[in-house]
Amino acid sequence: MVAGGAADQVFVNLDHWIVGHTPVPLQTLVSIVISIATIIVVFAGLFALTTVFERKGLGRIQNRYGPNRVGPCGVFQPLADAVKSLTKEDVVPRSADHVVHYLAPLVLVGVVFLTYAVLPVGRNMTAVNLDAGVLFFFAVGAGTELAIFMAGWSSHNKYSLLGAMRAIAQMISYEIPLILSSVAVIMTAGTLSTVAIVEKQARYSSTLAHWYVFTPWGLAGFILFMIAATAETNRSPFDLPEGESEIIAGYFIEYSGFKFALFFLAEYLEMFAVSGLGITLFLGGWSAPFSFLTWIPSWIWFFGKLLTLIFAFIWVRGTLPRLRMDQLMNFAWKFMLPMTLIVILSAGIWHFLTAAVVGPKPLGAVIRWLVCALVIFAPFITLARTLERGRKIEKRTYRFAE
Amino acid sequence: MTLAFLILAVLTVAGGVAAMTLRRLVHCALALTVAFAGLAALYLNLGAEFAGLAQLLVYVGAIAILIVFAILLTHGGESDPEKVFSPAGIAGGVIALAVFAVLGWAVTTSSVAHGWGAGAAAQTSAPQTSVREIGLTLMQRYVLPLEVIALMLTAAMIGAVILAWREKRSVDPGAPSAPPSPELRV
Amino acid sequence: MNPLAGCLLVSALLFSVGLAGALTRRSAILVLAGIELMLNAANLNFIAFWRFGPHPEALTGFIFVIFSIAVAAAEAAVGLALILAIYRHARTSDVSEITEMKG
Repeated sequence: MVAGGAADQVFVNLDHWIVGHTPVPLQTLVSIVISIATIIVVFAGLFALTTVFERKGLGRIQNRYGPNRVGPCGVFQPLADAVKSLTKEDVVPRSADHVVHYLAPLVLVGVVFLTYAVLPVGRNMTAVNLDAGVLFFFAVGAGTELAIFMAGWSSHNKYSLLGAMRAIAQMISYEIPLILSSVAVIMTAGTLSTVAIVEKQARYSSTLAHWYVFTPWGLAGFILFMIAATAETNRSPFDLPEGESEIIAGYFIEYSGFKFALFFLAEYLEMFAVSGLGITLFLGGWSAPFSFLTWIPSWIWFFGKLLTLIFAFIWVRGTLPRLRMDQLMNFAWKFMLPMTLIVILSAGIWHFLTAAVVGPKPLGAVIRWLVCALVIFAPFITLARTLERGRKIEKRTYRFAE
Repeated sequence: MTLAFLILAVLTVAGGVAAMTLRRLVHCALALTVAFAGLAALYLNLGAEFAGLAQLLVYVGAIAILIVFAILLTHGGESDPEKVFSPAGIAGGVIALAVFAVLGWAVTTSSVAHGWGAGAAAQTSAPQTSVREIGLTLMQRYVLPLEVIALMLTAAMIGAVILAWREKRSVDPGAPSAPPSPELRV
Repeated sequence: MNPLAGCLLVSALLFSVGLAGALTRRSAILVLAGIELMLNAANLNFIAFWRFGPHPEALTGFIFVIFSIAVAAAEAAVGLALILAIYRHARTSDVSEITEMKG
């Protein structure tokens, strides 16, 4: 495949060159170290970039400046933050369980970094091409819940324990829609391998790519996936586990200095990882949306999509108010869960409405699209009406800042 | 037997022993998680990728969390740390030792363990099983057990909900079904 | 020692540890945890026999482990719900103090 050319494979070739120039017995080790180091450096750098991006963006949304002192327009703010968190005193409560308290942030960060192993960030740029890649992602991601519990329990603080219980309840509830909405993609692609899923989407009929988000079930699935992902990563409007107004900071109240920074890092890394999985499953991974854009290197596509999703996360955080606990759970079990099941049903119908059933290309494709969209849309309206019944929503008046 | 296998085996057994001997219940639960994760890694080491990941997802992601929740809901975190073993504990330990002796004797003398383990299969690499094959096997040859498992999981879910349903204190204990209390509407 | 015997020994050890825990601990939750460990030890045996057995392509041991994990999940959910219900009733989860069957 010539698409993309040399720039597309520049990192892969660099990797091969380095590995090729090391002695044979060390080659496996060097290759592993390169993969791990690249993931850590790139995504930690992205984390630094995102913190300043987020603070500037939130400032913009809230009519203020955001960080603007360190470096030009405040872009070196993350460096200042890093120095601050590294030099701060590390306070551990006297009654805390020291070993567990120490291990919790390490487990959290370690587990989150593991999930990156299966994300294809570009063509031939996957650290490990597992046959059960998506399963690996969710299986390893399950460790974060335990790390959060460790943090909340070991601090011996009622707020941190409450925050941890909230976080675990929320993460378990939203993990189900998260996994179920990926099931639709797995079903259609017929594979659990992230690499193969992207390759299935990187084909083009005329100019448009076969991204799953372009199908009705894929679109609905993607929206559901991203909502569940927001809740899974404890981002606003689902940031109850750290709701400042109620439980101060949730499970990491008793952490300070570098350990607090690790929690912060893990939260953002989780957001990138789950966004990366969303991109892989629905947005065609590293592939271009149109066949005439394939000359742009694949990794630029991946990171471009990732930055777009991060921007969406920041936008949502800046605009939506936090949910209440009962609203959160009701939303997960009464709305998300049925809707993801309907998405799976629609994906099944899509699979069987082939050209032989609905007729030849232009008209048949439209019929197929409309039928599947209807299968999702009709239950959605019914469900929404049922859930809204008896609830009076008052008309709101908004006052905008000048 | 490789070094990786040895390390994982030691980790798993150490996790298990810690889970069964530590005084604080939450520590036990965390040690149990180490044992579960170690077993998952052992499965991966033996080439059973799908089973290892399923083990990780179910045991670390669900069962460990359930156990932790149960410990907190039963105030196990503040239980009396002096009385962790039951009065008949010594007898239990002796029985477990006896079981291990019998099992160990059986393993070391069995012809199957030596015949299979030293055979051709042990030398070659792990059998290549794709997720696709596992899926096809589940859906074709084992489809009936699969359905039974699905039914059982549904039944277990309903059963667990009914058992954990907080009964209202004021209602007649003989009443067949208590109405849901407001606390449940989380 | 060959790999299969190694697996079986680890599994036997884990089973005994689980059995010891289930028989000696006071906390009902840890009794359940011990049972889970025993179940896991059996799973390790299935995987080992599948891996080193004469017919790995039949996937029998493998599928059995998948089913066993599903059963264990159901068992843990129901078992812990039972413990919660007992705790709510008897205010203890100590198996040596739960001596009455009368509600």
